[in-house]
Amino acid sequence: METTTQSKAAIKGGEFLIRETLSHEVFIPEEFNEEQKMIMQQCKDFLVKEIYPRLDDIDSMKDPKLMPSLMDKAGELGLLGTSVPQELGGFGMDFNTSMLVAEVIGGGHSFAVALSAHTGIGTLPILYYGNEEQKKKYIPKLATGEWKAAYCLTEPDSGSDANSGKTKAVLSADGKHYVINGQKMWITNGGFADIYIVFAKIDNDKNLSAFIVEKSFGGVTMNEEEKKMGIKGSSTRQIFFNDCKVPVENLLSERENGFKIAVNILNVGRIKLGVAAVGGSKMALSTAIKYSNERKQFGVAISSFGAIKHKIAEAATRIFASESAHYRASQNIDDAYNAFVAGGMDSAKARLKALEEFAIECAILKVHGSEVLDFTVDEGVQIYGGMGFSAEGPMDRAYRDARINRIFEGTNEINRLLTIDMLLKRAMKGSLDLMNPAMAVQKELMSIPDFGATEEEGLFVKEKKALANLKKAGLMVAGAAIQKFMMKLSDEQEILMNLADMLIEGYVAESTLLRVEKLIGQRGEKACEIQKEMALIYLHTAIERAASAGKSAITSFAEGDEQRLMLMGLKRFTKVESYNLKEARRKVANHAIEKGEYAF
Amino acid sequence: MKILVCISHVPDTTSKINFTDNNTKFDGNGVQFIIGPYDDYALARAIEIKEANAGTTVTVLNVGPADTEPTIRKALAIGADDAVRVNAEPTDSFFVAKQIAEHAKSIGYDLILMGRESIDFNGGVVHGIVGELLGMPSLSPVMKLELDGTKAKLAREIEGGKELLEVNLPFVAGCQEPIAEWKIPNMRGIMSARTKPLQVVEPVVVDSGVSLQKFELPPAKGAVKMVSADNVAELVTLLKNEAKVL
Repeated sequence: METTTQSKAAIKGGEFLIRETLSHEVFIPEEFNEEQKMIMQQCKDFLVKEIYPRLDDIDSMKDPKLMPSLMDKAGELGLLGTSVPQELGGFGMDFNTSMLVAEVIGGGHSFAVALSAHTGIGTLPILYYGNEEQKKKYIPKLATGEWKAAYCLTEPDSGSDANSGKTKAVLSADGKHYVINGQKMWITNGGFADIYIVFAKIDNDKNLSAFIVEKSFGGVTMNEEEKKMGIKGSSTRQIFFNDCKVPVENLLSERENGFKIAVNILNVGRIKLGVAAVGGSKMALSTAIKYSNERKQFGVAISSFGAIKHKIAEAATRIFASESAHYRASQNIDDAYNAFVAGGMDSAKARLKALEEFAIECAILKVHGSEVLDFTVDEGVQIYGGMGFSAEGPMDRAYRDARINRIFEGTNEINRLLTIDMLLKRAMKGSLDLMNPAMAVQKELMSIPDFGATEEEGLFVKEKKALANLKKAGLMVAGAAIQKFMMKLSDEQEILMNLADMLIEGYVAESTLLRVEKLIGQRGEKACEIQKEMALIYLHTAIERAASAGKSAITSFAEGDEQRLMLMGLKRFTKVESYNLKEARRKVANHAIEKGEYAF
Repeated sequence: MKILVCISHVPDTTSKINFTDNNTKFDGNGVQFIIGPYDDYALARAIEIKEANAGTTVTVLNVGPADTEPTIRKALAIGADDAVRVNAEPTDSFFVAKQIAEHAKSIGYDLILMGRESIDFNGGVVHGIVGELLGMPSLSPVMKLELDGTKAKLAREIEGGKELLEVNLPFVAGCQEPIAEWKIPNMRGIMSARTKPLQVVEPVVVDSGVSLQKFELPPAKGAVKMVSADNVAELVTLLKNEAKVL
């Protein structure tokens, strides 16, 4: 896809908070080209032909060869090699296209987990950190699916605190091998993987190192499949390394670089998980919409009831919003990559740098995508009513499978903490100027309020002002919290959660507004009526949620006059002209109901 | 061997059908178009034959305006070698068949495959007319097609069973499942579709003598009236007096 690299490359990660982004700077999903649309259809067809008829068999795990055979089929279609460069047997597609594949396959329940673990955390550590020999040896076989990969980071006592793992690697007496001993758990694809990316500490190192371990090295044993609430068909094992001899040349990157690898690979994993959740949400909502059109009560389809319309519209709006933010960020990542490569950087390094640059957005999107999915499947169950609770209906699997997404790739709590932590670190390093905008907000707080009367007319003028104010509200609360707690802010996780919520809502609401503004520019306002309603619904509800989070934070740390002043400021910065959301939601729902699916 | 596969560009099976311009035009707004599902089977069988027989080429042909090209490229992605688009609205079966026959004459294909019918107008006669125009046997609906030198063994669906036939090449076949498993294009195919030749030719003039007057949607279903199973008399009365079908 052609991109105007020069202008867009200037956008920095996290900068959305302090910089107004213009609609022409964002990529919108409506701009996917014919080839990308064909890839989208290819993935949909794959699910329809190979996965959906076998969902029960996949989940039953009776045939341990079924999942790897489906992975082989995906490999034959090229779905495992989208991100792999052509010279290593892949298709060298941009990040945005690989997101599209992740999104559609995201509707594939347990299979989606197997595929994303293989192509993401399984393959990318070697692709991004491997030396030439390692890449040549492993990547082509991973890109076709001949070898399948798993990622072994988590241990029984080391989950969110990943660097605390106890698995040890000791250099053998002849200096030819590392001997790995330890236990890993929750290993996706563990049962059938040929290659494991294993994190272990060499001797008494402080930080982890990463190793490429072939199952055939020996010393690898595993427990039975874990019994799980959802994604029952995804192989999840505990894996034991008992004197597993790994050739020294299989150390990935440098000694003690493992934690950095783990963290950086998770950046990709997070945004991909988020977009896969968007794909899962679209599928679940479409299923629920179809049911609501078929199910009759009181003589009419239940989709004709306002209470059901509300659910459909709210889920559709959140999905649309999350999708807007995901592809905005993924294009930013592609643009940053192109700029780094143009500047002479090696491709793998450029990919990592680009992802690292937008790590804040990746964490935001992981949280948002997974929570939209949970919201959607919950309302999906509700729309199905009694049948939603039946294990025979489709919502049962959707509901159970969704839940893990708020837990893996860093829990949503960890990711919320990370967004604020990364933002503050960048501010302290001086790479992101939060200080001046925060001080400007403080100054504004002391000045005579602007009563909101804007003379300007035009598309989204008021909404953009509301959005700018929403960011100010976030800066105000964050600034005050930092002043209050200084270095001890990290102990105030409740406040950090509130701040993260404000940040997430701001980013997603802005992305949605920019998408619709750009779309209106391309197609005219009349053709985008429904999308416009969704942007407005999202903005209004996002402001409400952010205001509530802000209030929780303020009342938890400010008292007396300071509290009063800040609450007044919050009110001022989250003030928005009232809008008939019921009517807006009805329009959105009616469109979906008429189409019989999520069709935006 | 040269195989021609004729594909139609039709609305996805789940599309909502609307008409505009006083019910004289199909409203393609918001409709997703696909390769006709029966044509998809024909294409899949052609690709299988190509894969099993070195030197075989598969050409796809569509009669349609420029906006059918994404559908044509999908066929190229699935594995056809090249494509021809006859630049015209496919107004009726005879018009389409005539365009296919004109092109086929200029090349000389050993096998002309297409779906048993398109799923928009469901005429189901194009293969028959093409056969007639080219002086070739034409068979439909073909569920099985095995090549055997200069002959082919076919299975055709007939009322209550199937008919096994042997036919000399060249011939025309209208295909349906299970002639082949439908194919999903692979990534390499998708990436190469753009680089494969897609020739656009102008249509020959045809006086088909048919013109479209207007479209009508099927009447909306009325409400259902439940009649108790032991009350046949009431059912008969209702059918006579209300439904007026007896």
